[in-house]
Amino acid sequence: MAVDPLIELRDVNKHYGKLHVLQGINLTVGRGEVVVVIGPSGSGKSTLCRTMNRLETIESGSIAIDGRPLPEEGKGLAELRAEVGMVFQSFNLFAHKTVLANVSLAQIKVRGRKKEDADKRSHELLDRVGLASQAEKLPAQLSGGQQQRVAIARALAMDPKVMLFDEPTSALDPEMINEVLEVMQQLARDGMTMVVVTHEMGFARSAANRVVFMADGRIIEDRTPDDFFTNPQSDRAKDFLSKILKH
Amino acid sequence: MDVLTKNFSLYGKGFLGTVELTVYASVLALALGFVMASCRVSPVGSFRVLGTVWVTVLRNTPLTLLFFAVLLGLPRFGLVLPFQLFAVIALGCYTSSFICEALRSGINTVPKGQGEAARSLGMTFGQTLSTVVLPQAFRSVIPPVGSTLIALAKNSAIAGAFSVTELLGTYKTLSELGYNIIWTFVWIAIGYLIITLFISAVFNILEKRWGVAR
Ligand SMILES: Nc1ncnc2c1ncn2[C@@H]1O[C@H](COP(=O)(O)OP(=O)(O)OP(=O)(O)O)[C@@H](O)[C@H]1O
Ligand SMILES: [Mg+2]
Repeated sequence: MAVDPLIELRDVNKHYGKLHVLQGINLTVGRGEVVVVIGPSGSGKSTLCRTMNRLETIESGSIAIDGRPLPEEGKGLAELRAEVGMVFQSFNLFAHKTVLANVSLAQIKVRGRKKEDADKRSHELLDRVGLASQAEKLPAQLSGGQQQRVAIARALAMDPKVMLFDEPTSALDPEMINEVLEVMQQLARDGMTMVVVTHEMGFARSAANRVVFMADGRIIEDRTPDDFFTNPQSDRAKDFLSKILKH
Repeated sequence: MDVLTKNFSLYGKGFLGTVELTVYASVLALALGFVMASCRVSPVGSFRVLGTVWVTVLRNTPLTLLFFAVLLGLPRFGLVLPFQLFAVIALGCYTSSFICEALRSGINTVPKGQGEAARSLGMTFGQTLSTVVLPQAFRSVIPPVGSTLIALAKNSAIAGAFSVTELLGTYKTLSELGYNIIWTFVWIAIGYLIITLFISAVFNILEKRWGVAR
């Protein structure tokens, strides 16, 4: 795989004060690939994810999306972010707008679509994530699982080239995790390029092409899920797997 | 007691003067405060510096000093305007620093994730601020902005000392005419009350309509 790279990180470094959160990260994600990032808390997974659309800046190295280096602030950066969908752990739906308006807003503001066209597309996407009947509600009136599915629809509305997920199910009650994972599974089957930070091993096994294991700001392993789960090479990964597979 | 009835037109002029100063300076303060608050949260460093300097200088300068600076300073640079306009500029700029800080604290009450979600969708800084962050900040800034505008109405009295027609200034004429000073001031105070209570009422309505639901 990875013959047609969509995301390329080369020797990326970042500090928070003295803490070296990203240490010489090299990572290539091919078009259509699903890459799951796992690792212990504080290892830099969120930071890595957020550098890919420059919600976090980096100090050295380079990041390119579809061959274009990430622009600095400004119009160019905004354009690029529209191509990179992002789903957050805490959903971050716009609290003052209805579900429909949440999905339509950026289509209108960024893509310049007419309101009717945007709403039509939003209804299609809400239908796709199983929420067609909730369009007129406010986010606070939905369950966490429903909110997260709206957030996915909102990101998809921009027709992104790649979707980033930062622990999309960690804030959810157990019975809601599956409804979100199913949407993500379907996206993966449809050929969406995805980078997913998650501790859902079932998802990693069934949907991922590769598992990237991070610890202390470094990528320690980068292999197929089967390989990684049955035969981890590093002690860090063995230790981590033994801890999370226990329960 | 007959101070009011016998000098109604004098009081009326003063009252109108204060209302005008308050309205014009409020508009200026709100507009400038909005611009400066945007600067202070902007991703561009030089805008942030501009906003910070603006607030630091204006908020920490005594208003009387600012009046002197504007009324005596600007004409030196060849800028000669009616005194009332000078007063509006001084009051408006001074108050804008407080409005700016009220807006900024409102912006800070909006969770960071809201702005990040907007930016991650490709919205620009201006779009994020105007369609996502400020509408949510608006709810929590209504009370402090109301207080700031009430303070502005009362601060407008300083303009009287610079020969701008306004409410407090009427006492000079009246005391020269030999009226009872207590009653003169009672009526002046009532004039200010009318204005400030009106501002309170407007902001109470805004708060009922848009305020944070609890
Ligand atoms: N804005 C920040 N300022 C300072 N330190 C930060 C900041 N954000 C994260 N960190 C630190 O950087 C390290 C990596 O954080 P990051 O959120 O990327 O970890 P993570 O792998 O996503 O962990 P988790 O599984 O808990 O989400 C942590 O030690 C964290 O405390
Ligand atoms: Mg994280």
